[in-house]
Amino acid sequence: MSAPAPVPHEAAEIVIEVSDLCVSYGRHEVLHDVHLQVRRGEIMVVMGGSGSGKSTLLRALLGLQSPSRGCIRLLGQDITRLGEHAMHELRTRMGVAFQGGALFNSMTVGDNILLPLREHTRLDENTMRIMMRMKLALVGLSGCEDLMPAQLSGGMIKRAALARAIVMDPPLLFFDEPSAGLDPVASAQLDRLILKLRRALNMTIVVVTHELESAFAIADRITVLDRGRVLFTGTPDALRRSEDRRIQDLLQRRADIAPVDPEVYLDKLTGAPPDA
Amino acid sequence: MHIEVAVEGPYTVIRLAGEVDMHYSPRVRDEILKYLNGRCNVLVDLSGVDYMDSSGIATLVEGLQLARSMDLRFGLVGVHGPVRQVLELARLDHVFAIHDSVEDRLRSDRHN
Ligand SMILES: Nc1ncnc2c1ncn2[C@@H]1O[C@H](COP(=O)(O)OP(=O)(O)OP(=O)(O)O)[C@@H](O)[C@H]1O
Ligand SMILES: [Mg+2]
Repeated sequence: MSAPAPVPHEAAEIVIEVSDLCVSYGRHEVLHDVHLQVRRGEIMVVMGGSGSGKSTLLRALLGLQSPSRGCIRLLGQDITRLGEHAMHELRTRMGVAFQGGALFNSMTVGDNILLPLREHTRLDENTMRIMMRMKLALVGLSGCEDLMPAQLSGGMIKRAALARAIVMDPPLLFFDEPSAGLDPVASAQLDRLILKLRRALNMTIVVVTHELESAFAIADRITVLDRGRVLFTGTPDALRRSEDRRIQDLLQRRADIAPVDPEVYLDKLTGAPPDA
Repeated sequence: MHIEVAVEGPYTVIRLAGEVDMHYSPRVRDEILKYLNGRCNVLVDLSGVDYMDSSGIATLVEGLQLARSMDLRFGLVGVHGPVRQVLELARLDHVFAIHDSVEDRLRSDRHN
């Protein structure tokens, strides 16, 4: 029996399939005809400017935001048609670490991480505690189980949230802005951890990030959202070679609204009509 | 998941086959603890295991912990593929005594 290949084979099964996805908040549609396919063992990075719909896409994938149109299949199941119970079962196979971290402040770090195990399994308490400590060791937080979240730094909270997200060994892992607010060293550590998880557990991982360096370090493929539409999907190399101006702007971290022509910008600021 | 038990030399060999996940690891745990509590040295043969999640790994850690506290021997054989990767990920590959096979373990015992 050989280990899973580090780079997923073209033929690996598709475990996340999004087609024609539209999502609205009230009357305001924020995702338009989004398509996305992710294969088992693949790391897909979702990028895009602030407000482009990255978190919304993630919420839709988790079944927390119903689409106004389109289809989302996870591990072969159409989640838009799943009942409460089946969705609950599917969620046990999805690890999630949200943008805000979100540990329960009233519980120790250890109890936070034990929560999914206590809720979804009938494992012995001793087994669960060893699993919790294994995950803490994995994210570099050995010995922190008895601390309260308020006693952790921002980076430590992120890692604790990741430990909780993976405590059930989920085949699917979703991660919103893992490295936001982390120093470069902590951020690079987190990248290595994500790669390690994929290699050892063959997890399929979707990561939303603003950090280009991190995206290029971990992604098999990158999807770029632009105002609710998929602007690009492909390998990091293909992204670098793209001649699309909006992609180039993203790669050079230029803001969408960056003025190209100083004269036009001045007119915008002063309200003077062009060619007046 | 399938469990088979045999005695080889000073060891009770617990042979696991199939996938050891959160559903089955309590059975594996019962088996391992039963023999250790019966004061047997235990080898867990993982050559037939093609997937083991962290509940399975945690169960092996419990076995090792109990064996040590009772001054019994506990080891793994037939560790390969994904199981080895998960052990390495958890940095447990040097915590357990790991041998290729039961024969290998017996041979190494004779040399020490
Ligand atoms: N709960 C909500 N109610 C109404 N509108 C929302 C809600 N959440 C997001 N939006 C709007 O949907 C659009 C996409 O937001 P989303 O949070 O998905 O963007 P994002 O790409 O994750 O941005 P960021 O990089 O800032 O996290 C934005 O225009 C936002 O204002
Ligand atoms: Mg967001």
